[in-house]
Amino acid sequence: MASIVQGMRRDNGALLTVLLFVPPAVLLFTIFVILPLGQAAWFSLFKWNGLGWPHDFIGLQNYGRLLQSSNFRTAFCNNLLIIVFSIAIQLPLGLGMALLLARRAWGSVAFRLIFFLPYVLADVAAGLIFRFIFDGNYGPISSLIQAMGGQPLFMLADPNLAFTAIIIVVVWKYFGFHMMLYIAGLQGIDRQLYEAAEIDGANARQRFVSITLPQLAPMLKLSVFFSVIGALQLFDMIIPLTGGGPFEKTNTMVTFMYSFGITRMRVGYGSAVGVILFLVCVIFALFYQRILMRDE
Amino acid sequence: MSDLSLSRTRANRMADRDADRAGAQTSRRAGQRRFAIWRAAILIIMAGIVLMPLGATLLGGFKTVGELRTNPLGLPRVWLWHNYWDILASLRYWRVLGNSLLIASLTVVLTLALAATAAFAFAHLRFFGRKFLFNYLVLGLMFPAAAAILPLFIRVRQLGLVDTPWGVILPQVAFGLAMAVLLLRNAFRQLPTELLDAALVDGCSYIRYFTHITLPLSRPILSTVGVIAFVGSWNNYLVPLIMLDSNSLFPWPLGLMDYQGEYSTAWQLVLAFITLTILPAILMFLLAQRYIVEGLTAGAVKG
Repeated sequence: MASIVQGMRRDNGALLTVLLFVPPAVLLFTIFVILPLGQAAWFSLFKWNGLGWPHDFIGLQNYGRLLQSSNFRTAFCNNLLIIVFSIAIQLPLGLGMALLLARRAWGSVAFRLIFFLPYVLADVAAGLIFRFIFDGNYGPISSLIQAMGGQPLFMLADPNLAFTAIIIVVVWKYFGFHMMLYIAGLQGIDRQLYEAAEIDGANARQRFVSITLPQLAPMLKLSVFFSVIGALQLFDMIIPLTGGGPFEKTNTMVTFMYSFGITRMRVGYGSAVGVILFLVCVIFALFYQRILMRDE
Repeated sequence: MSDLSLSRTRANRMADRDADRAGAQTSRRAGQRRFAIWRAAILIIMAGIVLMPLGATLLGGFKTVGELRTNPLGLPRVWLWHNYWDILASLRYWRVLGNSLLIASLTVVLTLALAATAAFAFAHLRFFGRKFLFNYLVLGLMFPAAAAILPLFIRVRQLGLVDTPWGVILPQVAFGLAMAVLLLRNAFRQLPTELLDAALVDGCSYIRYFTHITLPLSRPILSTVGVIAFVGSWNNYLVPLIMLDSNSLFPWPLGLMDYQGEYSTAWQLVLAFITLTILPAILMFLLAQRYIVEGLTAGAVKG
């Protein structure tokens, strides 16, 4: 008897709350995230211009054509190269700055803000700013080279230099974000570890290798994770910088999808690119979490 | 015997160390000063590299095209204010900012409303499928919006929302939900459970508890989630690019690209336009730096 009364009193509108609170988020997520992803897989099996409903079933031909397309292969390799370079440059740079700025010292707060500032700006704005910086006719870099007696330099029109330019912009924009992650990690390290090591006579390098790095490992893994996922989806920055050119040499998977799928309304072909991007992201995320983030 | 020699070497070493210490004190202080100078030099050079493109953009907006070429990094010889004034006096500039503000504000409100309610249910209520639905939503963390952008466009077109702000807002909210629900549920769970138990025994309903206790106590995490949603929407380019056709609806990243396409040879105007469109973000960042840095990094870390 008491338990029934208590049970009724304890309800407090729980059922109503669940019915009001859960469905909106789940529905919106299903309609705009899950169903479109499922449809991408379905559409990718059709040749379809987006009008009416798909009926021209072609199986895996879209995927076959993608793998044969040298432009897509270039785009895919560019994504991988951006991952490699951004990790190889951004992370050490971010870590170096974090080591200089983690403790309270002259200018720490101001420099942290300066280095983080580019991260707050939109990729499009960053891309356009550097389109000017690298511009052969009016940009400062080319102008300085000319002032020193050189030829005007059209970095973004040169297939090899254009890719370097993209890496520069990625590092410029994102190293501050990784620096902030490392600063948060460094500030969480117990000071006593360093004091104990110092008493035992460990020098600065030994302290860095056997205390700082292992203690920072979770943050390092996280920052690698963000670099990879971010690099795989790179789009906004490329469009104003090079638009994927010259000669389609600086496409990423998403700019390739945009130029060859969306602007020409080849929905099936573009969806196949989306599916490949999705699979790469999910496989990487699962693999990475399984292997490297097991302990957290 | 071996014991003795061992202790002697240790004693020697300690004596050495004491003798060194006095000398070390001064050399260490000199070392520290040298380190401080190196540190300052590196930081100043790095800051120069980071700020140079922004400075060149700001100053370039005050120059003539010819001066961009002859005087790329210096101060303008004559400050041409009208590049900036013309943009500030144009409808176009205020319209793209207004559109961005509208889209970002509605995105924030809707994200907070949907994520907070769902997160509350996941944190405090036991119901059939709770674990499954939570994992289902959080799965969204791994899905890049770009991968589904074509079917998303078809869906938005079916709903008749192409070329409306809602066609941008709803997908943005949907793709931001995973992170928001995860952050909010974790935060709601950390509120003391005694509070909830006591309120329930006193006959307070869950909904009342949510509006009167959970939300007011969760302002920091709500503002973190709000910052993430706002910055994400404010800077979004891909979703509005696909969903919007009319210039009159363009948020600022599209408006900026549009402007650049129109005045591509007049770099001084494009630079002034860039400066003025990124200005709100920079001002917001400087005014609310703590919230923004914490929001964008803590969000990443806890997610």
